[in-house]
Amino acid sequence: MRTAPFEYHRAHDIDDALEWLTRDGDREVKILAGGHSLLPLMKLKLATPTVLLDVQGVSELKGVTMEPGWIRIGALSRYVDLTRDPTVAEALPLLSQVAATVADMQVRNRGTIGGSLCHADPQADIPAAVLALDGRLIVVGPRGERRMTLDEFIVAPFLTVLEPTEILSAVEFPIPSGPQQSVYLKRPHPASGYPIVGVAITANVPTPGHLSNVRVVVGGMGSKAYRAYATESTLNEKELSPETLRQAAEVAITEAQLSDDADVPYHSQLIRTYVERALHRLYGGVA
Amino acid sequence: MLDVLGQPVKRHEDDRLIRGKGQYTDDIRLPGMVYAHMVRSPHAHAKIKAIDIKAAQALPGVLAVFVGDDLKDSVGMIPTAWIPPNADMKMTPHPALAYDTVRYVGDGVAVVIAEDPYTASDAADLVRVTYAPLEAMTHPRDAMGPDKPLVHQEISDNVAFHWSVGENLDEVFASSEVVVRQEFRQQRLIPSAMEPRSAVAQYNAATEELTLWATTQNPHIHRFLMSGILGIPEHKLRVVAIDVGGGFGSKIACYPDEVVVAYASRALGRPVKWTETRQENFIATSHGRDHVHEVELAGTRDGDIKAIRVKAFSNLGAYLSTAAPGVPTILFGLVVNGAYKIPQASVDVYGVVTHTTPVDAYRGAGRPEATYLIERMVDLYARKLAMDPVQVRRRNLIPKESFPYTNPMGLEYDSGNYQGTLDKALQLVDYPQFRREQEALRKQGKYIGIGFSTYVEMCGLGPSEVAGAVGFQGGLWESATVRVHPTGKVTVFTGASPHGQGEETTFAQIVSHELGIPVEDIEVVHGDTARIAMGWGTYGSRSTVVGGAALHNATQKIIAKATKIAAHKLEVSELDVTFEAGQFRVAGVPDRGMSFANVALDAYLAWSLPEGVEPALEETAFYNPKNFTYPFGAHVAIVSVDATTGDVELMRYIAVDDVGNIINPMIVEGQIHGGLVQGIGQALYEGAEFDDQGQLVTGSFLDYAMPKARFFPRFETDHTVTPSPHNPLGVKGVGETGAIASTPAVVNAVLDALAPFGIRDLNMPLTSKKVWTAIQERGGI
Repeated sequence: MRTAPFEYHRAHDIDDALEWLTRDGDREVKILAGGHSLLPLMKLKLATPTVLLDVQGVSELKGVTMEPGWIRIGALSRYVDLTRDPTVAEALPLLSQVAATVADMQVRNRGTIGGSLCHADPQADIPAAVLALDGRLIVVGPRGERRMTLDEFIVAPFLTVLEPTEILSAVEFPIPSGPQQSVYLKRPHPASGYPIVGVAITANVPTPGHLSNVRVVVGGMGSKAYRAYATESTLNEKELSPETLRQAAEVAITEAQLSDDADVPYHSQLIRTYVERALHRLYGGVA
Repeated sequence: MLDVLGQPVKRHEDDRLIRGKGQYTDDIRLPGMVYAHMVRSPHAHAKIKAIDIKAAQALPGVLAVFVGDDLKDSVGMIPTAWIPPNADMKMTPHPALAYDTVRYVGDGVAVVIAEDPYTASDAADLVRVTYAPLEAMTHPRDAMGPDKPLVHQEISDNVAFHWSVGENLDEVFASSEVVVRQEFRQQRLIPSAMEPRSAVAQYNAATEELTLWATTQNPHIHRFLMSGILGIPEHKLRVVAIDVGGGFGSKIACYPDEVVVAYASRALGRPVKWTETRQENFIATSHGRDHVHEVELAGTRDGDIKAIRVKAFSNLGAYLSTAAPGVPTILFGLVVNGAYKIPQASVDVYGVVTHTTPVDAYRGAGRPEATYLIERMVDLYARKLAMDPVQVRRRNLIPKESFPYTNPMGLEYDSGNYQGTLDKALQLVDYPQFRREQEALRKQGKYIGIGFSTYVEMCGLGPSEVAGAVGFQGGLWESATVRVHPTGKVTVFTGASPHGQGEETTFAQIVSHELGIPVEDIEVVHGDTARIAMGWGTYGSRSTVVGGAALHNATQKIIAKATKIAAHKLEVSELDVTFEAGQFRVAGVPDRGMSFANVALDAYLAWSLPEGVEPALEETAFYNPKNFTYPFGAHVAIVSVDATTGDVELMRYIAVDDVGNIINPMIVEGQIHGGLVQGIGQALYEGAEFDDQGQLVTGSFLDYAMPKARFFPRFETDHTVTPSPHNPLGVKGVGETGAIASTPAVVNAVLDALAPFGIRDLNMPLTSKKVWTAIQERGGI
């Protein structure tokens, strides 16, 4: 076979899945959702799980549900679902927009939000959206449920806090109170289509020309998507002008988190440019 | 019936290809078939110390593991088929499986044959090869010299050949008013045909015949070469390529993998299939380009170009591939004057072997490299003189009265109206308005640029006498057989081997036009040495020019014979019979006549044939062209450069081409579009890079930027028609024009946009980072 040998099991429900994960500590069980990150790695034998646990039939991991103040998106939601679901488009337009930029149609038809987050590829699009929207990842395991932010969940490239016995079941997002603006500006790599940089911004708009609760997230550049806190401070509760946006972009360079192999001058320039352009787009929407 | 010649007839082949009904080599299923998987070197240069195959052999389902030592006494070395004259060329012995030394990452060292492809792949992982890695050379100029790590012990300085054309121009340059010098890097490209390579071999012990299905652009050349390598005589060897999913030159070559499956099938008595993965395609299928050019242009202060001198270093990779030596020499050096009346030229080419994937033809093959350097030099010359690049082109283009025109290397350009295509292109762009707009935008800190490429290329390969004179080890004529069946339906057998170019349609159009029968009644058969007596295949934009001409001539033989039969039946003199729109008629007696189908039936019944006329209706023509054809045109690229990011946006692309008479304008359009995308891909996106150890850094589509449709604007195409005077159809080649013309047009446009920064030249591909860094180095915006 092209992959290393593995057993394949289909989980019926979440308890069944958790049982498979805890059954035998010696075996490496990998969860199969959309498979668009895992299967290529298995074909390259970079991933060699002994058991592939297909959770695509687990209904608890699916669907979009509204709760007071929250919207819950099942981890098995595919990118295409995020782009088409009217509830998501209404409450979290940023997530729809980001999902629509992921790879190509074939990948969007299969790949899932949960899969992307668990894979923790520093060049993925989804983590930037989850961080900008202040999403909470809901992880279930034998000891029950825990909730965490994206920053807590992703440790390093391709590394999360998920225990081998746990499953990411959903991501919950607070429904913004009051008018919120958001934007995602992505620069795809000409070969791979992954973001070289992806800037996601959300902000409340208490009065025209003012922002509050600004979250500026930079993805694609460093070891994981990060919030540009200092940049946010230059924008929060300030009167917006092209000059303040330019200054914010300058600040974004000072807190840039670049990967070790980055071309520092060029990648800094990209952060500056994409933060400024993203802000202009947002500003255009709020002015 | 509508005359379909010149009509956009839909492609006959598309129905099966688009619906997944094509028959590619990997679709071949034979009883008892087994599967090969290659073990390839992870090192660019290493000694093979030991190969342990025990674990692989022990895996259930594995039939055999062969290594280089198993094959070396049974099969011959893979030869190159082009030996440029007076170049002191040294051969690079190329075993089907390496023994002793590996010379590039991807060099095959062993093959596993198993009952299924997965077992073969697993077993290949179990083959343990012990290597002693050695220093690798990847760059052609660096690899030259006696003190360098050698690729082949037989070549003491890594220079496989040194080829020159033209005279000593030292005095011309010394006394010239203006001299422009520039070095260009023609980066290495990865052809990336949609269909990876594949081969299936079936040896029949009873008949001692071997059938090889292979992804080839030239099955008869494959048979010819494989016969020598395998020691199987040609009449016992059949090569078949039914559908081939693109080649762009990368499927011309005879490859080790094909030899290996043939060997394995004979050794095991089973049909053996091998299909490469995309990863293997990146490292083990031939690459294109990879030259360094040192160029000098001499001219007057008024803008007249007097001489061009080129010193070229061509990276050939680890072994000389089938057509490789001809690409940087004959197909490059003879056309460096481009479309300009430059009186003198001299070209020096060093063909250098390195520890990299072999390099062979890639769409345009030599002519894009030549066109790039002359079109760039014309722009640099114009800039030095502070003249408009269009004005310099106009002064130097070969005037239409000068055709046929003999260039400084002795090529005779057949026909042309170069100013005509330039005029038409300039009308389409409104050049004066563009310059005004450019000036206005620069004041706002916005940078747009325009680039021209007034190209000519040599294609429709070619006269066989010339092939011989320039060292190509084959003929370049073409064959066509027209078999009219008793019902008047027609099967055409062509020696051309189309693999995406659409000749099943265009050739049917030629026959339909000549014989007056519907295209639906014509089948075009290609790609099988058992069905087609001989042919030289598809490359060098030759299929319609040479194969189409052969087909035209075969139809004329059919008409001549059919006219005799019709005259006999109609009881009139042959001279009184006319043939038009599929009807034979007696001149002056419109109601007396007979259809083409009826004549065909009479020919087969043979109840009453004229004296001396043989039964049946089938004719073959062999056409040896008198000259190459020289399509030309004027391409214009308009770009904007975002100085903040270095991003280049192609805003407009105008291509005015003259490819002679057009048989199917839709197919011509498709060929131009495809060529443009590949040429622009070289200008802006694509580039294969090796690290110091000879590892291909751009080894997948994650890193190698194959252009996508969304990168391009709608191409604006137009034509003029200057027929080729020596070709019975008046056609010229079109398959490579886009790839030849577009690369310098786009680079010229980007450098025009960057002129305010004083940037003279940049190496391709013009990535955003490269452009931005260049702007920063010159002070930024």
